[in-house]
Order: sequence, then C-alpha cells, then structure tokens
Amino acid sequence: MKALNTILILTAAFLAVFGEAVLPGFHNWLGAQIDLLPALMVYAALNAGTTAVTLLAIFGGLWFDALSANPLGVSILPLFTVGFPICWQRELILRDLPFAQFILGAAACAVAPVLSVLLLLTGGQQPLLGWGSLWQWLVMTAGGAAATPILFALFGWCDRALGYQPRTETSFRSDREIHRGRK
Amino acid sequence: MFKQKNYIALGAVALAALLIFSLPSSATIRLKLAIGSLFLPLFGLANAAQQLPVAAADSILPRRELLKKISALENENQQLRFEAMQANATERENEQLRAQLGWQKQTAWRMKLANVVMRDPANWWRTVQIDLGSRDGVRENLPVLTTDGLVGRVFSVNFARSQVVLVGDPNCKVSALVENSTHDMGILTASGPLDNSLVELSYLSGSANLKPGQNVISSGLGGIFPKGIPIGQIVDASPVEFGLYTAARVKLNVNLGSLEQVWVLFP
Repeated sequence: MKALNTILILTAAFLAVFGEAVLPGFHNWLGAQIDLLPALMVYAALNAGTTAVTLLAIFGGLWFDALSANPLGVSILPLFTVGFPICWQRELILRDLPFAQFILGAAACAVAPVLSVLLLLTGGQQPLLGWGSLWQWLVMTAGGAAATPILFALFGWCDRALGYQPRTETSFRSDREIHRGRK
Repeated sequence: MFKQKNYIALGAVALAALLIFSLPSSATIRLKLAIGSLFLPLFGLANAAQQLPVAAADSILPRRELLKKISALENENQQLRFEAMQANATERENEQLRAQLGWQKQTAWRMKLANVVMRDPANWWRTVQIDLGSRDGVRENLPVLTTDGLVGRVFSVNFARSQVVLVGDPNCKVSALVENSTHDMGILTASGPLDNSLVELSYLSGSANLKPGQNVISSGLGGIFPKGIPIGQIVDASPVEFGLYTAARVKLNVNLGSLEQVWVLFP
C-alpha cells in the first residue's frame, strides 16, 4: 500500500508538471503559473514518508527542470528542503485538519520558488525578476495553499478506492459469550 | 530523534544534486532532453485531444458555409498572387541595382512552420517549446517569428522538439533599430515578469529622437536576427543614468501569451 501511495504521488507529480507546461490558463489570467509540486510534497511528507519525499524531490525536480529553462537539478533541493522538515516533524502536525494543510501548503509554495530563484542567482543565472515577481509569488502561494487540501481530499479518495478497508468491528465479543446449559 | 532513514534520504538527495551539477554541460543538456522526452506520449495525447473538437466542428459545418469560405479564400489568393507578382518585379529590380552597385546578393528567407506545444512552467523564464527539432534541420540561435513580428530565438534543440527563448527573456537580447529620422539603435531586454507584451529598449543614445508609435525593427547586428523583422512600437521613453542614455518601452507586435504557430527562419 505504501508503494502504491508513492507511485500515485509520483504519477500526480508527472501529470502536474505536464499540466503546468501545457495549460497556460492561470499564467494568462493571473500572470503566474501555480506550481503544484510543493503542495504534493506536503502531502507526501505528511502521509507517505521519507522515501516518497526523496523520490518526489528528485523526480519531480528533474521533470520540472526538463520542461523549463532551469538548469537541470535546480528544483530538487528546494523541494526536498520544503518536504524533509515536515516529514521529520510530522507526528507533531495535525495533518487531518484542512486548515493545517492549507497553512503548510502556503508555506511550502512560498518557500520553494524563493529557494529556486536563490539557487539560480547563486549559479550565475539571470531569471526574469522585478516588482511583478512579488505578485507572482503571492499567486503561487495562494494557489498552492488552496490546492493542498484538495490534493489531500483527492488522495484520500484514491486511498479509499484502491486500498484495503479496515474490517469493521462488531460490538459482540466472543470472550464475553454467555454459555447456557451444562458444561 | 533523527532516524537512519533520514540520513539515507539526505544523502540520496545530496548525491543526486551533486551528480547532476557536476555533469558537463553537454551531458546535462542530453539528460534534460532525455527526461523531457518522457512527456512525448502525453504531448501526443494532448494534441489529439485538441484536434477532436476541431474535427467535430469540421464535420458539422454546413456546405454553404464552406463554399462561402472557399470563395473568400479564392479572392484572397488572387490578391496575394498580384502582390507576389509585384514583389517579384521589385525583387528583380533590387537584384539588378545591387549587381550594378556591386553589393552582396540578398538571400531569400527559408522558413518552416512549427506548432507551439508547451510553455515554460517556471514563472521566471519566458520560453516555449515547438514541434520542430534537429531532424527538421533546426539548430541553436535560429530566429523565430510570426507574420506579426519577432518571437525569439531557438535556445536548445532536441531530435523532435526545440526550446525557443522569447523576446523579453533575459536570455534573448536583440539589437533593434527605431524607424525614425535618426535611426536610433538599442538593445531589447526584459521589462518585467508580469506583462509579456512590453519589453525595454535600452542603451539608446541620450539624444535619441523617440516618439510613441514609432516602429522598432531588428537591426541585423549581433549575427542572429536578420535586419528588418518588425518587433513593435515605442510606447514611451525616459532618460536613464542622469541622461547618459535613453530607455524606451516597446509594445510587441506579437501576442506572446497566445502563440500557437510560429515560423523558424533558416539563413
């Protein structure tokens, strides 16, 4: 089940990157494309574990960079930096609350692009930056934050549809059975 | 508590990043193209899905409408033929005059039509990918345009696809010429990440005679873009660095947000 969950997360990341590249609706409408990878990373960190976080950071980052003008590998570290602390401290996070998911999604979607741009600048690249980038950052943060609880709901539905359901317990306990008659 | 699994995860990510960053640039480009080609089946599916409504609309279009369109196209075709005849005559005359003056012969533009298949998912780059690659003879730095004007240049080439960096991206600097009495020249650079219809024309001389609405074309300097490709119109201009030079905002002729088909220009 854990492997299936990881595969589902990676498939979602692959489709998310493809969707971001092919559907420019958000970019044309709001001036910024919403990145779903940090939101997926939050889900993977809270519900799937370290292996999924590592695989998502490596493969998600590579897929994203392959379709963009980013140097290959630049997106790996920001994604992992976002996912790893959440995964490490996930026992302390109320992961089932949509509000917590929203806040974590907002934080992840705010931090990941900033780290990517910092890495690009450190590597001597000249990304397109200006005052408008602030608006783009806000759109990415808000969009990613809104998408995180939706992703949790979608994965929850997939989990229920594809996974084994726990057997329902009956109130009858066999050890408390009253035997009538002689032994 | 920091578990052993966490150490392994940290190590794996650090190793992957180090390996990729230490690769030579040629290997990185090849790896990038190989990873990008994983998306090819999805691109095929998306293309087929886009064609479906078009095919459905074609099948229900009434015959009368089609005949009307054919008639309009025939008229346009005749008009264009006359214009082509005139252009041919002008071209012959131009060639004769060039020969008389001993000027170098101008070569005609060879172009190939390409479909835009995707846009850059990152907000800090302005690139698109087209469905022409090295198998079609595309190579780096070829100019890309539409009938409205300049779009950009080919940045990297795959077997079946190429990445085009658009005008306004920091990686696409164009030497441009203002069509005014003083023929002021400058460099087109990015103006901002939000509005992709405006770019900045920098390094114009401090005494540049700029007025809104003046046409901007490629100057032919720089070796990538031939002279005379329309780029846009001047919106406004202002002195920069205490009047050392002038910078102007240029409204692009091409709507970069809705690119569907572009022409790759072969020298």
